[in-house]
Amino acid sequence: MASLRSGRRTVVSHLCRAFTGPGSHLAPERGAPRRDAAPSRVSRFCPPRKSCYDWIGPPDKCSNLRPVHFYIPENESPLEQKLRELRQETQEWNQQFWANQNLTFRKEKEEFIHSRLKAKGLGLRAESGQKATLNAEEMADFYKEFLSKNFQKHMYYNRRAQHVSCLCSLRHSEQRETAHPRPSSSGG
Amino acid sequence: MAASPHTLSSRLLTGWVGGCVWYLERRAMQESPHKFMHLFRNINKQWITFQHFNFLKRMYVTQLNRSLNQQVKPKPEPVTSPFLEKTSSGQAKAEVHELRPISPPSLPLSRKANEKELIELESASVIEASIDVGNATKEEKQWKEMKLHVDDLPGILARLSKIKLTALVVSTTSAGFALAPGPFDWPCFLLTLLGTGLASCAANSINQFFEVPFDSNMNRTKNRPLVRGQISPLLAVSFATCCALPGVALLTWGVNPLTGALGVFNIFLYTCCYTPLKRISIANTWVGAVVGAIPPVMGWTAATGCLDAGAFLLGGILYSWQFPHFNALSWGLREDYSRGGYCMMSVTHPALCRRVALRHCLALIGLSTAAPILDVTTWTFPVISLPINLYISYLGFRFYRDADRKSSRKLFFCSLWHLPLFLLLMLTCKQPPGGGSDKGEPQS
Repeated sequence: MASLRSGRRTVVSHLCRAFTGPGSHLAPERGAPRRDAAPSRVSRFCPPRKSCYDWIGPPDKCSNLRPVHFYIPENESPLEQKLRELRQETQEWNQQFWANQNLTFRKEKEEFIHSRLKAKGLGLRAESGQKATLNAEEMADFYKEFLSKNFQKHMYYNRRAQHVSCLCSLRHSEQRETAHPRPSSSGG
Repeated sequence: MAASPHTLSSRLLTGWVGGCVWYLERRAMQESPHKFMHLFRNINKQWITFQHFNFLKRMYVTQLNRSLNQQVKPKPEPVTSPFLEKTSSGQAKAEVHELRPISPPSLPLSRKANEKELIELESASVIEASIDVGNATKEEKQWKEMKLHVDDLPGILARLSKIKLTALVVSTTSAGFALAPGPFDWPCFLLTLLGTGLASCAANSINQFFEVPFDSNMNRTKNRPLVRGQISPLLAVSFATCCALPGVALLTWGVNPLTGALGVFNIFLYTCCYTPLKRISIANTWVGAVVGAIPPVMGWTAATGCLDAGAFLLGGILYSWQFPHFNALSWGLREDYSRGGYCMMSVTHPALCRRVALRHCLALIGLSTAAPILDVTTWTFPVISLPINLYISYLGFRFYRDADRKSSRKLFFCSLWHLPLFLLLMLTCKQPPGGGSDKGEPQS
C-alpha cells in the first residue's frame, strides 16, 4: 500500500514536471544550490537559486534561436541526465547551424549587392548618404542562388534534426518507463 | 409557399458566413488601414489571416513592423549611445559632458593633462563597465522562467492552434455543408464544425512543433508559443493529441466515417507531407492546395455522406484559389524563404509562380461555369460571379506580366475578399431542391 502511494506520487511528480517544462520539479529543496547546464555560448545569465525550472532567454543575435538554461534536479537519474545532455547538444548544434546560416546569408547578400552596384557603376552610398540597396526584383537572383547553393546543407540539417528528435522522444519514453515501469502480469 | 426549413437554414447560414467574413475582414482593415500601405515594402512582415478557408496551412497576422532584416543584421554592439540615451544614472551623462570640454593636453600643462587623461580614461572605463552591467541587466531581464501559468494557457493554446485560421477553415467547411443538397441537419452541422475545428487545431499544433527553428528565423512566425518557450513541446504535442482524437472520433462516429477519414487524411497530409516538403521541393504548394481544398469537401460529405461531383467542384474551387493567394503572397517573402531554406516557386521558379497563379485565376471562371452544370447552383451564379472572377484574372495577368511587388500585393489582397464573396454568391444561387423533391411540402 505504501509503495503504491509513493509510486503514485512519483507518477504525478513526473507528469507535472513533463507538462510544466522539462527539468522542473514539484518540490524544490530549499537551501540546495541550483545546478544548471549552462549553454556553452557565453551568457552571463544565472537563474535564481530557488527556481527549479528551465529558463529561456532572448533570441540569439546570430541564430535567432532562444537559448535554454536546463535545470538539473538534485536526484537526476542517469537517463534523465542523458536526455538533458542530448537536448543541450541539440540546442548547441542548432545554434551553430543557424548562426552560420544567417551570417553567411548576410555576408553573401552584401557581396552580391556590392558587385551589382559596381556593375551598374553606382557607389555603395546613395546620394542621400544612406546605404544603397537593390530592389526585390534585383535581389531575386541572389535568393534563388543562395537557396540552391544551400540546399544540400538544409537537407543534411533536416535529416539530422529528424534523427535527433526521434532519439529525444525515445529517451523521453525510456525515462518515463524507468520512472514508473509497467506492472508485471503476475500481479499482487 | 412557406419557406422550407432547408431554405431558411441556407439563408441563415449565408447570413452567418457572410457576417463572420465581413466582421473578420473589417477587423483586418481596421487594425491597420495605413499599415496595408507598408506591406510588401519590407518583406519581413506578418500578414492578416485571410487565407480563407485554407485548411491548416498558413496564418498571417499583420503587425506594424518597420524593423529591417533583424535576422540578417545582428544588432550592433552598443558602445556608448544606447546607455547614454537611457541614462539610468544621470551621473554617467554628467561625466560624458565633462569629458567633452577636455581638450588634448598641451605641453606646459602636460602633468595636469596626464592626470586629466587618466581621469578621462577611468571615467570612460567606468562608463563602459556601467554599460556592460546595463546591458547584462537588460539581457537578464529578458530571460524567462519556463513555468506554465495556467491563466495564460488559453491564449497560448489559441496561438498554438492558430485559432483564427482554424475559424476560417471551419467556415469553409460550413460553406461546403450548406451548399450540399438535402435537408439541413443542425446537429450534424455542429458536430462537423466542431470535429473539423479540433482536427485543424491538432494539425496546426503539430506543424508548429516541427518548425521551431525555422519559425524563430522568420519575422512572421517568431512570436509563436513554442518559439518563445511559453509551453513545452510535450504539452504542445499532448494538446494536439487531445484535439485530434476527439475531433476525428466526432467526425467518424458523430457524422460519418467518410468525413472522419478525410479529416485524418488531411491532418496527415499537412503535418507529414506538406511540412517536410516545404524544405525539399516546390511541390509543397500543390500539396498545400489540396490541404486547403479538403475542408469544404468534408462539409459536403458530412451533409450528403458521399463524394460526388459537387464535393469535387467545391474542392476544386478552393484548390484553385490557393494559387493566386499564396503565390502572390510568397512573392514578398522571398528573402525569408531563401534564408530559411524553404523551397518555394517564387524563389526557385519565379516565372512558373506567376504562370500558375494566372492559370488558376482563369480556372475559377471555368469552375463557376461548371457549378450549374453539376446542379450545385443555378445559372445565375456564373453570371453574377463573372465580374469578380474577371477582376482577379486581370490582376493575375498583371502579376504575370509585371512581376513586381505592386502587382503581387494587389493580387493577394484581391484574393482575400474574392473567396468569401465567391462562396456567398454560390450560397445565394444554390440550386433549390428539385421539383421532384417533396421534402419541403407538408404531407396531405
